Amino acid sequence: MEWYLPVIWAALIGTAVAMYVILDGFDLGVGILFPTARAERERDQMMNSVAPFWDGNETWLVLGGGGLLVAFPQAYAVIMPALYLPVIFMLLALIFRGVAFEFRWPARTSKKYWNFAFAAGSLLAAFFQGVILGGLVQGINVQNGQFAGGPFDWLTPFAILVGLGVTAGYALLGATWLILRTEGAVAERARGQAKMLLLAVLAAMAIVSLWTPLEVERIAARWFSTPNIYYLWPVPLLTAVVAYFLWKWLNEGREVPPFLATIALFLLGYLGLVISNFPYLVPPTLTVWQTAAAPASQIFMLIGTVFLLPIILGYIAFVYWLFWGKVREGEGYH
Amino acid sequence: MDFDPLLLARIQFAFTVTFHIIFPSFTIGLSAYIATLEVMWIRTGTAHYHTLARFWTKIFAVSFAMGVVSGIVLSYQFGTNWSRFSEAVGNVVGPLIGYEVLTAFFLEATFLGIMLFGWNRVPAWLHVFSSLMVAFGTAMSAFWILSANSWMQTPAGFEMRAGIAHPTDWIAAIFNPSFPYRFAHMLTAAYLTTSFVVLAVGCRYLIAGKYPDEARTMLRMGVGFAAIVAPLQLVIGDLHGLNTLQHQPVKIAAMEAHWDGDQPGDFHIFAWPDENAETNRFAISIPRGASIVLRHDPDGLFPGLKSVPASERPPVPLVFFAFRIMLAIGFFMIASAWVGVWLWWKRRIFETRWYTWPMSHTWWIGFVAVIAGWIVTESGRQPWIVQGVMRTADALSPVPGGSVATTLALFVVVYGIVFSMGIYYINRLIHKGPPAAVDEAEYPTASRPLSEGGAGMRARST
Ligand code: HDD
Ligand code: HEM
Ligand code: HEM
Repeated sequence: MEWYLPVIWAALIGTAVAMYVILDGFDLGVGILFPTARAERERDQMMNSVAPFWDGNETWLVLGGGGLLVAFPQAYAVIMPALYLPVIFMLLALIFRGVAFEFRWPARTSKKYWNFAFAAGSLLAAFFQGVILGGLVQGINVQNGQFAGGPFDWLTPFAILVGLGVTAGYALLGATWLILRTEGAVAERARGQAKMLLLAVLAAMAIVSLWTPLEVERIAARWFSTPNIYYLWPVPLLTAVVAYFLWKWLNEGREVPPFLATIALFLLGYLGLVISNFPYLVPPTLTVWQTAAAPASQIFMLIGTVFLLPIILGYIAFVYWLFWGKVREGEGYH
Repeated sequence: MDFDPLLLARIQFAFTVTFHIIFPSFTIGLSAYIATLEVMWIRTGTAHYHTLARFWTKIFAVSFAMGVVSGIVLSYQFGTNWSRFSEAVGNVVGPLIGYEVLTAFFLEATFLGIMLFGWNRVPAWLHVFSSLMVAFGTAMSAFWILSANSWMQTPAGFEMRAGIAHPTDWIAAIFNPSFPYRFAHMLTAAYLTTSFVVLAVGCRYLIAGKYPDEARTMLRMGVGFAAIVAPLQLVIGDLHGLNTLQHQPVKIAAMEAHWDGDQPGDFHIFAWPDENAETNRFAISIPRGASIVLRHDPDGLFPGLKSVPASERPPVPLVFFAFRIMLAIGFFMIASAWVGVWLWWKRRIFETRWYTWPMSHTWWIGFVAVIAGWIVTESGRQPWIVQGVMRTADALSPVPGGSVATTLALFVVVYGIVFSMGIYYINRLIHKGPPAAVDEAEYPTASRPLSEGGAGMRARST
């Protein structure tokens, strides 16, 4: 079997997940910060800054999940039952926040409930995505290629910590997005929030980076054995550098760089996870090769992806370009 | 307490997918309707096409959001509820859904942003283009997901190796035997469903004496469309049934509650299929009606339910009644649309209350027909999840019944809230009516469409 096909697919799905985390990350983050707005005008402004994009952003989640089914059906068939409850909780949270975008406008007396639904849905979706990630990294009980654990295997302090870390991370993305896209009181407040959130994110990253090698020998070996350690030390170093500049730019009142630095921070954290776990798709048992779909399926889908993904990225970029610039208070909805 | 995970998973899937299909049935049709309105606006410059397009876009936004969030749930449920199904046939079904994401979901979700928020930002032609892309995206979405579903009904282009399906011929798998019929039937169903909503809203305004121009346009468009397409749906449905007879004869036997294959089939207008006694009670039938439809011969024979053991049969009453509901609505649609055309021809349609009043209450009939049709299709396939290849009972995830029961309860609560509020808000938007005629100077209008090249730039400076 062509050994490289599953690797290409792992890279593609990895990219889809990274796109999702960054794109939906900022709009979930705006939702998480939603309750800190002081007035209805400010809430409108926050929501308008993400409203044209959220649906497209969420589609990366469908591509991530769908991609897993396409390219690694076996992994999909193990991960979903193993993480059954957090996956469904996340989906339910996404329902509330998704419809809140549209329900808030025709609502009159019930508007406050949809404000709440938007914030709570965003918060819970972010948290459960982190829990799912944590649950995956800490390992899934697999026997004969099938999930063989219990319904609450995922519920560990580690997974909860990752959940909180991802929540803080999304909120940081949301805050730096608001700095970029809004002005006035909302942007001002976001600047202060971003600093607190940065500290929280760094703390979470540090704890996870220490915890996983201590807990999982495979990961310790990956990072601390020679010669790996010579190649890998730049990863934490770069993270520290990026964090330093992010802090500095926030203090200097810059608008675009903090958002980009936050994205860089996310990508570095993500890279760390990939380094720790590759080639496992379902740690610690199933690799990308063991769970790969038939080559005929992977190739069929790859051909389409090679043609379609650039087009998709093109029109997505176009829509972002179209709506670029500051969202003012009171700028209308459709 | 012990829960049966299989039964619960089936109920959960049936519940969430039924909830989902309500929205595509409407958004596929409505996006096409809005695109049509915009094209007519840009070509004729008539203001109320524009007003109507903006009005329906708001309602579209609410339904689309509900469609998206309920759809995302489904795409994950293949794994959470039917992991063995995903494992066994993921090689075939996976890429079909993957292509749906790439060719449809991104397209509709991205251009939706322009469609909803672009009115003041982009030139008219780009707005029209975006609406067309959304309409095209929803139809593409139907293409792929119906291909996946049809493959589960009439699998083709694959071979089984050690319990896993491997694709051998993608064209055969995508264009599997029942796919063309199902795609045509479902797409037409979505357009018909929407045309009855439009028609009903038009009638509602006429009766209230509000927005007369818009109301008449909606009424004419709804009646005109349905008068042509509802009969077409009957023809497609008939061909669909003939195709099913070829590939899933037991499903047809259940639809007709036909027990003995060695006798010609009657068409039962009403009956109570008794599964234990293997016969029908209280039947009111057209003798040999089913044989005439299915075999074009009063003496024609087709397999009966007794040709397979009871364990191989779908739930007969469910399939039988769901089929009758769909047919009844289909014939009602044809009749009511033709009556409308006749009144229109007599130039009386706008004043005829005995027509507009009942029609203003028929907005829901398409949705019921769609759901009934899907129950026929899906329950009629039982006990198979992939006809002849995999049984539903073998497809289940290793998840305890308690988890499924808990999440099922949550789905019911959450969907109940979201659905009732969604309907309530849509109703409020309809009640509020189209926006007052839009100030023409403010928008790049049909009379000077492409000259607004600067509008994109103008948007950037806001
Ligand atoms: C006949 C058409 C049709 C059918 C049978 C289905 N869907 Fe659907 N689906 C659509 C037509 C559609 C649609 C028209 O494309 C959407 C977009 C918004 C809406 O209301 O429906 C949609 C949205 C939608 C989304 C969100 C897309 C986005 O992010 O924009 C997902 C993930 C799914 N669906 C998945 C499914 C699955 C897994 C189904 C089957 C079990 C399914 N749909 C049945
Ligand atoms: C959107 C319209 C649809 C509706 C209303 C619908 C309805 C249903 C119903 C009522 C059931 C339960 C049948 C039973 O257990 O007796 C079911 C099962 C199922 N359907 Fe559909 N269905 C739809 C589309 C699809 C599509 C497009 C697919 C796949 C691509 C699909 C895949 C399944 C699966 C995997 C099951 C579960 C196993 C089973 O019970 O057979 N469905 N559906
Ligand atoms: C009046 C004539 C009609 C006939 C003869 C007819 C026939 C059929 C048949 C035979 C099936 C089952 C296909 C199978 O799985 O084997 C079906 C399914 C279905 N019908 Fe109809 N139908 C009619 C009208 C309608 C109308 C008016 C609607 C909705 C507006 C509708 C919506 C559906 C849907 C959504 C399905 C499930 C998807 C599919 O399998 O195509 N039908 N129809």
